Amino acid sequence: MLKISNLHCRLEDDPETTILKGVDLTVEAGKVHAIMGPNGSGKSTLSYVLAGRDGYEVTDGAATLGDDDLLELEPEERAAAGLFLAFQYPVEIPGVGNMTFLREALNAQRKARGEAEASAGEFLKLVRAKAAELEITPEMLKRFVNVGFSGGEKKRNEILQMSILEPKVCVLDETDSGLDVDAMKLVAEGVNRLRGADRGFLVITHYQRLLDHIEPDVVHIMAAGRIVQTGGPELARQVETEGYAGLVSA
Amino acid sequence: MADPNAARAALAEQKRALAAALLAETPASDAPSGLNIARAAAAEQFAAAGAPVRRDEYWRFTDPARLTAPRPAASPGAVAGAAGNPFSDVDAATAVFVAGQFRPDLSDDLSVAGLEIATLGQGAPDWASSLIGALESRAQAPVERPLATLTAAAATDGVALRAVGKAAKPLHIQHLAASDGVAAFRAAVMIEEGAEATILESGPGGIRHLSLIEAQIAKGGALDHLRSQTAPNLKEAATHLFGAVADGGVLKSFTLSAANSAEQLFRNETVLWLDGDDVSAHVAGGVVGTGEATIDNTLFLTHRALRGESRQVFKTVLADEAKAVFQGKILVEQAAQKTDGYQISQGVILGERAAIMAKPELEIYADDVKCSHGSTTGALDESALFYLRSRGVPRQAAEAMLIEAFLEEAIEEISDPALQEAMRAEAVGLVAERLS
Repeated sequence: MLKISNLHCRLEDDPETTILKGVDLTVEAGKVHAIMGPNGSGKSTLSYVLAGRDGYEVTDGAATLGDDDLLELEPEERAAAGLFLAFQYPVEIPGVGNMTFLREALNAQRKARGEAEASAGEFLKLVRAKAAELEITPEMLKRFVNVGFSGGEKKRNEILQMSILEPKVCVLDETDSGLDVDAMKLVAEGVNRLRGADRGFLVITHYQRLLDHIEPDVVHIMAAGRIVQTGGPELARQVETEGYAGLVSA
Repeated sequence: MADPNAARAALAEQKRALAAALLAETPASDAPSGLNIARAAAAEQFAAAGAPVRRDEYWRFTDPARLTAPRPAASPGAVAGAAGNPFSDVDAATAVFVAGQFRPDLSDDLSVAGLEIATLGQGAPDWASSLIGALESRAQAPVERPLATLTAAAATDGVALRAVGKAAKPLHIQHLAASDGVAAFRAAVMIEEGAEATILESGPGGIRHLSLIEAQIAKGGALDHLRSQTAPNLKEAATHLFGAVADGGVLKSFTLSAANSAEQLFRNETVLWLDGDDVSAHVAGGVVGTGEATIDNTLFLTHRALRGESRQVFKTVLADEAKAVFQGKILVEQAAQKTDGYQISQGVILGERAAIMAKPELEIYADDVKCSHGSTTGALDESALFYLRSRGVPRQAAEAMLIEAFLEEAIEEISDPALQEAMRAEAVGLVAERLS
């Protein structure tokens, strides 16, 4: 489904700095892949490059989602193609209502795929149901996008967007950062509800903790811009007990 | 070596010559108008003061040349084409002025409960005669405002509005143009004790529009003023809102300005005196400048008594080579203890060639006051833009959402929901038409 091969990238502003140095990774439909790795290994950069953020220049390699060449698409086209990035730091947008934003996003994607737009009633019903599952109050929905949200509320809002947009591949960039245990459980339950035969996940995290709640099928260790080791859930537990040092240098 | 006195004298002479040329284009001194005495007095003052020039400190950021190039007076006649009315969904009594002249045939019935509405061309009502010219004179210090005086010299008609109770609906002063040229308009507004009124303004009366509003708000009175300054046929505008507010009175003014070409230059001057205790004065504006247009908002608010609260909120979006100026001053006199003054001017610049000049000024003589001001200018927030796009919102739509959200903070300053909606709809339309 999501196929990344030999992906290299560097900073646009600083071409001397190569961050990704040949990432190979395939996320199959129905599978949850986790990427763990020390700080600065390129995990978040990988998520940004996949989503199409400015500032990175891909110098080699490919990334495809189904038949779509992600690297050829604008960020909004990648979203419509089925890619979703849950941000490590969701952006606050004063003046843009959460509901307006959700509806705009859903309908823009549907329009791009040639599907009928959601009616106001259909949309409201959808949002209310998904919000309730994530314990997002109607009052939070009325606020501006992420403005005045706590860390946990922001992450739940990311998962809400994911539930409504129903992407094919979800990339979660350190979704556990800044979450207390209860919030992490809520977020993990939200993710688990979305697991299914036709959806793939790429969960980026520092810690085993999140993977206790979102059980991965495959675990990768990333270091210095490459995947250096791949294994099953036991690899994550090994990181937890032994740290990265042994794995990375191996 | 150049003699500075001679240079000053030459500049004064140049300003007076320009004033004479402008006065020569104003309607004849014996035009059929009840304002001729006021006009004659103003003409004399303007001739002596001279027209503004770039060298005047107050016009440092905006070259007034375009506003002071002599143009013939606009002639009233058949209105060409249908004019847009941003307040069409608002239940208001509309007074139509063509080229600055009242047109009863095009206007609504102006009997509105709580208001007494008359036109000045017929001769000012008694209550207005002492107000006409009073605030215009008062506004000449500490900074001269010669274009207000020119407006008083040129206007042969206008509105006299007296609120004696809570107005049943707003008065919409709709200006229409029948020809090119200069239209001048003035209004005398008296809000009596505890009374409330709303004035809406739209459209220009000519390609140059001169406007002067003098508003006196008595104890506990409230005036709401909203202006749509977006018509494409408005090339040059010099507007003046002068307001004096007594104890517990409220004055709120909002202007949405949009200009799109090098031929367009708007200067809006707002001068308010918070004369009484516990006065509230709010001035807000949304500015959308494109092409090579220039839009200037210049404000001067004087706190003169206890516990006054003032607020200035301006949001500017510019693209292309447009220019915006914000000069906002808060003067707190020694007697004005417990003043709460707030001023913010924020700009978003799309592209690299537009420019915003902001000059916030605080002058405070009281020691127990709270005054804050802020001014920021930048590009659209790239991270917000990426966030929206990463959810599937196309770039253009995402930019429009962010610009609308930015302008919304000024529009929210409008207290009436229907009027807020009218201005929001216009702003959204402008963003779609001019910025995408």
